[in-house]
Amino acid sequence: MKQYRAHLLVCAGTGCVSCGSFKIKEALEKEIKKRKLQDEIQVVATGCNGFCERGPIVLVQPDGIFYQLLKVEDVPHLVEEHLLKGRPIKKLMYVPPAEKQPVPKMKDIEFFKHQRLIVLRNRGRIDPEKIEEYIAFDGYEAMGKALTEMTPETIIAEISASGLRGRGGAGFPTGRKWAACAKEKRTPKYLICNGDEGDPGAFMDRSVLEADPHAILEGMVIGAKAIGAVKGFVYIRHEYPLALKRVEIAIAQARDNGLLGEDILGTGFNFDLEIVEGAGAFVSGEETALIASVEGKIAMPRQRPPFPAQKGLWGLPTVINNVETWATVPNIIRRGADWFQGLGTESSKGTKIFSLVGKINNTGLVEVPMGISLRDVVFGIGGGIPKGREFKAVQIGGPSGGCLPAKLLDLPIDYESLTAAGAMMGSGGMIVMDDKTCMVDIAKYFLNFLQDESCGKCVSCREGTQRMWEIVRDITEGKGKESDIALLEELAQVCKDASLCGLGQTAGNPILSTLQYFRHEFEAHILDKRCPAGVCTKLIRYVVLSEKCTGCLSCKRACPTEAITGSLKEVHSIIQTKCIKCGACQEACRFEAIESQRDEAIQII
Amino acid sequence: MITFRMNGLEVKAEEGWSVLETAKFYGLEIPTLCFNEGLTPHGGCRLCLVEIGEGLRTKLVSSCTYPAEEGLIVRTDSNRVWAARRMMIELMLAMAPGSKVLQDMASRFGVTQVRFASRNKECVLCGLCVRMCAEQMDAKAIGFQKRGLNRKISTPFDMRSEECRLCGACMYICPACQLRCQGPNAETALCNGCLTMDPSCLDHYDDLQCWMYDAGRCGTCVREKT
Repeated sequence: MKQYRAHLLVCAGTGCVSCGSFKIKEALEKEIKKRKLQDEIQVVATGCNGFCERGPIVLVQPDGIFYQLLKVEDVPHLVEEHLLKGRPIKKLMYVPPAEKQPVPKMKDIEFFKHQRLIVLRNRGRIDPEKIEEYIAFDGYEAMGKALTEMTPETIIAEISASGLRGRGGAGFPTGRKWAACAKEKRTPKYLICNGDEGDPGAFMDRSVLEADPHAILEGMVIGAKAIGAVKGFVYIRHEYPLALKRVEIAIAQARDNGLLGEDILGTGFNFDLEIVEGAGAFVSGEETALIASVEGKIAMPRQRPPFPAQKGLWGLPTVINNVETWATVPNIIRRGADWFQGLGTESSKGTKIFSLVGKINNTGLVEVPMGISLRDVVFGIGGGIPKGREFKAVQIGGPSGGCLPAKLLDLPIDYESLTAAGAMMGSGGMIVMDDKTCMVDIAKYFLNFLQDESCGKCVSCREGTQRMWEIVRDITEGKGKESDIALLEELAQVCKDASLCGLGQTAGNPILSTLQYFRHEFEAHILDKRCPAGVCTKLIRYVVLSEKCTGCLSCKRACPTEAITGSLKEVHSIIQTKCIKCGACQEACRFEAIESQRDEAIQII
Repeated sequence: MITFRMNGLEVKAEEGWSVLETAKFYGLEIPTLCFNEGLTPHGGCRLCLVEIGEGLRTKLVSSCTYPAEEGLIVRTDSNRVWAARRMMIELMLAMAPGSKVLQDMASRFGVTQVRFASRNKECVLCGLCVRMCAEQMDAKAIGFQKRGLNRKISTPFDMRSEECRLCGACMYICPACQLRCQGPNAETALCNGCLTMDPSCLDHYDDLQCWMYDAGRCGTCVREKT
């Protein structure tokens, strides 16, 4: 392998790519060539670093200097100063909120410091399109061990002993699932990797697929050996083109290198993989619906039992695991169950990836040990709420998860405690909300998503989510009735009880958890026709506070309907009949002179 | 034979039987809508729900799709089951208030209010017609389309299908669009006429004249009690 003086690791996850990281890479390569440094410095496109808020990101190794929010114009300066003169550029480094001094090294940044990388161990480190780089970091070592030194029984015993639980959300013990499938006599058996990640605000599976596709392949070969499968399918959403491309490349490379296909590593073991593209339905993430989708049918869940381990794809024994689960498997085999056991809590072992989004300073993807408190994630790694606002709630577990209030911030993150609190692990989406968020509006948003994504098979789910959404929509429009809260609770409970699959069984959570912790907001909407957070447009009106308004005209310029009158250095006012309540003026005002108040015109009936 | 408990009773089921089939064999009545003996179970209407398990870890499953399992503990009419069943009837009635099958069921299970705006769709998407067409008529002329609120049953591309032989089997089996509720207030979402049944034939003949065997089934004699 050729030696280089320095490596420039350009983040090429979807987040950074959309911010233009490929252009940065091009510019870097051009600049390096111009200065004839191409034999000394290598530019590498890596998988997602997780710190998506700060993209495009470039990491300079071996110094470990972290550059963020790069622009193409910065590139010549960066190459000259840092790579020629050896002077890292402070201007391009990360400055934590509420501080002035930049933090030059990646390992010192709060966002990265507290993470524990296992599944994402190769993120931002290797080029996911080069199998050699994966192999250089112990890649395929676990597979070699599993194929040459271990029997199916010992592999399953190792996975069971590690305490690994499915990362798709429900947390079913992986070892037990494999054992159930291995026991089945009928052949052929199949493996499926569930990459149908559909939660709004969740992108951990995409990131793993993009950053380290070989880890998933390796995990699946180990799983194939354990249960005796001959064929596997990687199910990826059509909406993830980069992930699709990288997995495709990875499969081709693994085949070329004898790590996939016939006679793997000369051991006589055969296993091959195929990619299946999802057509985009949230419910496809449910395992029986996903199997139907792979079979070419409409993605509609069916009754379990029989479980897929007994009767799965085409009626044959099938093991279906989440992307993250498969990517964890090689680490357990390579480093042993005892090592994995040492991480996490009594019932939830290992680490979990969370996508941290919403009203939070450090938006991005984090991998943390199970059992860490919500506070550590939101305020430690996440850096707290922007603009010094107050934390209100965190929504965990995707659309069918729940909203947890500030008093539960010290809750440890594991399967059991989240479920007990009314949320769930889900795929690991974490949406942080500040005091400007209306919880009724949030419930409406998630119900709208669910009613649209319900497959429509069960009356309880199809009609239940519909009706819940209609009731909540009416509440946000000031048409709520006092009896609505009781009806919502009844509907949510029945929807949970009576539905067939995970979607319906958890569809009541957004309502039940917001009602549990934020009932007063529902009551304010229904009884006083008031939206405490000032979000629900039908219940509010925007007014200019005359004592704060400086007459700067910026709200007037922002208003799309010309509803604001007033001239320079004069207090402005809003013509209510023209106002469409878009909130653009409030956003534009730098003096907090525009307030959303309860609309006095609303009659309380 | 599979042995399990149903409503405290030890029951035996043949291999491959569902919980619903076992209940029927023992004469335990579980209400159904989307189930038909000649068709594969669908599990969509959620009326045949039963509670399985013991203690805190019980759950509701549709008995038409749930296989009889050794050692299973089933309750067909628990509180939770009834609450869910009533809600299902209420939700379906709001969809298709004209259906006599649903109106009768509402009276039977004491559903006395419909708290949702009526959709007047005359279809509850039970899928009986889809399965009838595919499995018994071997035509596959109709199928489910879309999802969520937009879900509907139609021919491909909503066009006249060449597979359709106009046999009418779909209409024959439909629980909603054919048999209409004849009760006094059939225009509203809920009739409940059967609850206040006052057969008019008694006035004329001093005898029930029901041609559908049990009193009130035909629905023609129901009038409001004065």
